[in-house]
Amino acid sequence: MIKDQEYLKKIADICLSKSKKLGSSDANILVQSSVSENVNVRNKKLDGSERSENLGVVLTTYLGKKKSSIASSNLKESNLDELVNRCIETMKITPEDEYNSLPDKDLHFKGLKDLDLYDETHLSNEDKINYIKEAEEEAFSNDKIINTNGSGFGENKSNFLLANSNGFADGYKTSQFTAYCEVVSKSNGSMERDYEYTSKRFYSDILKPKQLGSIAADHAVKKLNPQKIKSEKISLIFDKRISKNFLSIFASAISSSAIAKGTTFLKDKLNQQVFNPEINIQDHGNIRKANGSRYFDSEGIAVVNLDLIKNGILQDYLIDTYNGKKINRKSNGRASGTTNLYFQNGSKTFEDLIKSENKILYIKETIGHGTNIINGDYSVGASGMMIENGEFSYPVSEITIAGNLNNIFKNITLADDLEFNYATNSPTMMVEGMVVGGK
Amino acid sequence: MSTLLKNTELTSERADSIVSETLNNCDDGELYIEDTKSETIVLDDNKIKSSNYTSDLGYGFRAVTGDTVAYSHSNEISEKSLKNSSENLKSTLKNNSGTYNSEIKKTNQKLYKDVDPIESKSMKSKIELLNNMNEYARSKDSSVKQVTASLLAEKKNVEIIRSGGELLSDNRPLVRINMSVMVEKNGRKETGVFGIGGRQDYDEYLKNDNWKKVCDEAFRIASTNIESKPSLAGEMKVVLGPGWPAILIHEAVGHGLEGDFNRKKTSAFHDLVGKKVASDGVTIIDDGTLDNRRGSLNIDDEGTPTERTVLIENGILKNFMQDRLNARLMNTKSTGNGRRESYKHVVMPRMRNTIMLGGSNNQEEMIKSVDKGIFAVSFGGGQVDITSGKFVFNCTEAYEIINGKIGSPIKGATLIGDGPSSLKEILMVGNDMMLDPGIGTCGKAGQGVPVGVGQPSLLINNMTVGGTQL
Repeated sequence: MIKDQEYLKKIADICLSKSKKLGSSDANILVQSSVSENVNVRNKKLDGSERSENLGVVLTTYLGKKKSSIASSNLKESNLDELVNRCIETMKITPEDEYNSLPDKDLHFKGLKDLDLYDETHLSNEDKINYIKEAEEEAFSNDKIINTNGSGFGENKSNFLLANSNGFADGYKTSQFTAYCEVVSKSNGSMERDYEYTSKRFYSDILKPKQLGSIAADHAVKKLNPQKIKSEKISLIFDKRISKNFLSIFASAISSSAIAKGTTFLKDKLNQQVFNPEINIQDHGNIRKANGSRYFDSEGIAVVNLDLIKNGILQDYLIDTYNGKKINRKSNGRASGTTNLYFQNGSKTFEDLIKSENKILYIKETIGHGTNIINGDYSVGASGMMIENGEFSYPVSEITIAGNLNNIFKNITLADDLEFNYATNSPTMMVEGMVVGGK
Repeated sequence: MSTLLKNTELTSERADSIVSETLNNCDDGELYIEDTKSETIVLDDNKIKSSNYTSDLGYGFRAVTGDTVAYSHSNEISEKSLKNSSENLKSTLKNNSGTYNSEIKKTNQKLYKDVDPIESKSMKSKIELLNNMNEYARSKDSSVKQVTASLLAEKKNVEIIRSGGELLSDNRPLVRINMSVMVEKNGRKETGVFGIGGRQDYDEYLKNDNWKKVCDEAFRIASTNIESKPSLAGEMKVVLGPGWPAILIHEAVGHGLEGDFNRKKTSAFHDLVGKKVASDGVTIIDDGTLDNRRGSLNIDDEGTPTERTVLIENGILKNFMQDRLNARLMNTKSTGNGRRESYKHVVMPRMRNTIMLGGSNNQEEMIKSVDKGIFAVSFGGGQVDITSGKFVFNCTEAYEIINGKIGSPIKGATLIGDGPSSLKEILMVGNDMMLDPGIGTCGKAGQGVPVGVGQPSLLINNMTVGGTQL
């Protein structure tokens, strides 16, 4: 069972009063409790089950402008004594940093908690196993599916309390139900794997097992017998599961930490055209039941809705207290990063996009870590499908795609098929004229 | 007697009896107890940005029968909690029964000292070191605009209690010193990253002002990249430098030779044992027994002593890397590759130090033989799709080769290849085998574990290079 707020509050109070007693001027504490249960099946048979219970604290103490942190999962009072002591001793000899402080009291979250982020539904292991077996059975009904890499179902419940010596103390429960199905297809000596994944706060919102299995199978079968294409400059369409990655890259490039240090290609771009004028990007934390929704960030600061890109122009950064001070900006509640980050729908349909040119490469998977936030260079391995005259013609693999994000961002056309399946979501995306490395 | 259970609400005797009673009718399993202390100190933007100390104590209780694994872990260490876990395992395996295999090899292997790298260097001297690294790197040139330096130390003590009360233990120190330098010149920005580390005290890595070399190397890479030009795209010959570029081996074949993927027949290598998978002269091993190396372990996380496992010998595929579960199901022995990130994670076959042994060619003749290609000296990271065999890695330092000569540095290119076929494309194996500096972390199924790699210079006939120039 996850611990209740009362229990978490007790631990928080112990740590806060200990650190005050030992000489800290300020302190911030997070106490977390979670229980997760996962089952895995493979080839329709139970492969494993896993149950985990986690409890832990993270304490940060301040002495004026000096700071230090400890974290522990051992909440015995004797251990907490020792750790708080250690934290204080380290803090005392750590050099001052003028930007260290607790967050601005006026920005603390004080509102109503009405976003429906917790579903108390509990599935027995039996039910979890049945769900995921049904997904695999559906996948195997496709005769080119010969094996699975394993499929799983997970249920996670957690509760936390965040408190600081300025009087903030709040927390809440969240839940997450996740299922994935990863299958292997085979035909004419070619073997491919692919997957489908669903994750929602409410059990009733996840994909039905049959949908999960059939989508995974369809993905894996479509990849069979791929061809390598010649190196060329060609327009690309990014499947929704890939296009959202560009939003994550964008988010890390506008974090106040990167802006303050100057380690991002989007430094000094505020109020400038970063995307083409049709593009709008929002980060809204208050969407009911959504994966990325939260009331406040890891400093207790209320999350406000941000319109990061309006008509292609950069309007804001993602700001926390420490880095905000470095760039003379107040926190906008992004110490834990983005919330529900998404491109607004474009005006074209998916059909419009695939028919817009005679030959387009559709990217369904990228592989590798080839993004350089500092200068915007982008180079990754990829696979997907060739589109010829508006029709998907053959799978393509073992190619690379490369460009610079400054140019890529300005050449994006979006479809109108946005769905809120993850915390970060994008419609299907087309980017004109990127260089593909192949034969 | 367990040392880690001292000062907890669970006695060794009760732990033994719950473990034995739970695993009685299972094929395998153990109680894994882990006490980890770790410390991370980061200097960033001229300031000590954070000093974090973490202390974590928990257990993972595993029961295995047939090919089904039941796992339960918790950081609440008490008889009540362990009994709950036991009930949980039994309910998963209620329809299966097995015969416990109590056989496990013993070892006196001591590949690293039982030191505590966090305590053996004072906080004051660690902060001083970071400040020195920052000042030294910034003093190298006015183009240095940003410096991030960090120190990471860990002491992980593990105990494995098996059915019948047998207890195996290992105390593992680990340190890592990292440096990242950003230079800016004529409006261009590039970074260089370098680090060192292994299973010894910090001071072993700091002798002779070695930290200066770490800063020098990060600065050199950044300064090289600031002069780089866009890379050509397409298929070409590739010369790999020695040492760290062996993450090519790790991605291209290492993962594909892990036992689980082969038992499940999802690896492109699963039916190739005894077959030729690489050029003559290519021998690849996975060695867990090198002194003080990042990927070395006295025993793996199931208690099996590590060994030097020959994976490919003179081009022929010999062995997979095994944990106990996959070895049993494939009728072979564990190779001591059963690893986990922490007590919160299940065991899987994982690499240790994966190395291609040296050959007879020298790097100069490799470069001379290339009309048009690239010379890749360092990489950021790689990834592989086990099933299709396709892998990539990203160059962080590379040069073009034109008519047998090294030319301009080129911008961060991605290399992509096919695991099973790329090893057959190796034309020359160098005589300059080198191990990496001790910074690798391998990710698999969401679990990160420290690993090492090593290789000599290699000439590969044909790889696809990603770039923006046609």
